[in-house]
Amino acid sequence: MAKAAFPPLAAFGFFVGVVYLASYVILSPSRQFLLPPPHEVVRNGFLNGSHLHEQLDALWDTTQVSVTGLAIAFVLGATVAIVMSQAKWIERSLYPYAVIVQVTPILAIVPLIALWFGYDFTARVVVCVLISVFPIITNTLHGLLTVDGNLHDLFTLHHAGRLKRLLKLQLPHAIPDIFVGLRVSAGLSVIGAIVGEFFFRQGTPGLGRLLDLYRAYLQTDLLMSALLFCVALGIVSFWVVGIIGHQLTKQWHDESGGR
Amino acid sequence: MATSSQTFSRTASALAVDEDVLRFDSVGKVFPDGTEAVRDASFSLRRGEFLSVVGPSGCGKSTILRIASGLWRETSGEVCRRVDNVGMVFQDATLLPFRNVQRNVELLAELDGVPRRERETLAANAIRSVGLEGFERHYPKALSGGMKMRVAVARALTMKPPLFLLDEPFGALDEITRGTLNEELMRLFVQERFAALFITHSISEAVYLSSRVLVMSPRPGRIVADVEVPFSYPRSPELRFDPAFGSLSSEISHALRRGYE
Repeated sequence: MAKAAFPPLAAFGFFVGVVYLASYVILSPSRQFLLPPPHEVVRNGFLNGSHLHEQLDALWDTTQVSVTGLAIAFVLGATVAIVMSQAKWIERSLYPYAVIVQVTPILAIVPLIALWFGYDFTARVVVCVLISVFPIITNTLHGLLTVDGNLHDLFTLHHAGRLKRLLKLQLPHAIPDIFVGLRVSAGLSVIGAIVGEFFFRQGTPGLGRLLDLYRAYLQTDLLMSALLFCVALGIVSFWVVGIIGHQLTKQWHDESGGR
Repeated sequence: MATSSQTFSRTASALAVDEDVLRFDSVGKVFPDGTEAVRDASFSLRRGEFLSVVGPSGCGKSTILRIASGLWRETSGEVCRRVDNVGMVFQDATLLPFRNVQRNVELLAELDGVPRRERETLAANAIRSVGLEGFERHYPKALSGGMKMRVAVARALTMKPPLFLLDEPFGALDEITRGTLNEELMRLFVQERFAALFITHSISEAVYLSSRVLVMSPRPGRIVADVEVPFSYPRSPELRFDPAFGSLSSEISHALRRGYE
């Protein structure tokens, strides 16, 4: 355990050293605000009560948005995948639009979303859904469609209809794939929440609003602490989804047990 | 067998031993791409009969089995299957990875709408008859290849099918496990007296288990020999060393070679 932790810790130490070096030696004192030394970030961002409070509130706000967005993306994406799995022609009709949703730069549709849904919670959730739904669709669809042909034959021999097939065979078979998609989407949803706030600049302040605010006042130390909160939220989301998936499927597959 | 349920009696007891369960009349199968897999196959299978089909790879053995199951339609000739309740065993165990042994064995009864209590009993009996007691809560991942195959056989047993279709079920197993499972299958056959259509490319396995062996030619698969195996059941594993066993095996082996000409 200690041995395994050493390389990343050493890398972290090295990284912090480089930041100190850049902050004190390379940058002139008048430009030191561009890269504040780490202890300044900790002191001002995490140990200062009002700053910490401000950021924790924003973190909670962003968490609500991204979790709601992920939940909706999950239901929506799984539903779309189930519909697609029912017939090749449905899959062919819908898939291009799923790809379009995926490749459209999120910033390009933010103005439209603002016009349609306003600038508050709903609009931010919509951004999260748009950015995170695609991996859920593709992975769920893959899981639904890769069931062993012999198992399908067994169901056919016992006159199982679409619903039985879906509920007893395809959906449970797809669960590991659904979680692969969900893990990717969990990170994307956090990004979506922050990007949405950053551009809407209205409603209750989340981390995105805060980042924008700190940028405007050149509060680099706070900018960095808020950034760390963003990263932490992304990691925790990814991690929580991963753990749930692992707990659900650890007894089934070697591959999900190994990751 | 201690099975007491009535659900499967509709098919199991409806057919007396020695009645035709399956009949193929000049059956042929040509795939849409023009490949002719089977040509002019005729045979019949009675309840209480164990029929093996041997032949080279790709000769259409599995096609015959799939037509017999009703999953595929013949393109010529006629197939008459008198039962709907068919026990299917594939080369891979094809278990549901997300279900434990008990729930896997219950699957078919569940699909057929058997109430929970009853299917638990059916599954328990089937699990006992393949010797897997104590493994009910295990997931397929934790089982060996031979044990997975036992689960697949137990699953097929639950509904007491009068007709078993086995598609090279032990082909992927090691020699020792294969031998054990052959004996188990033999025991079940003697006990249940179902009709069995068994696809294999092992001649000795075919002779050991079967009351009759069909030999097929390479594609397009035709039945080139229909060999009666006269040994009485139950057969002991030592039968394999019997000179009569050897001469029957070589007869089939010759028929296989003739099929190439």
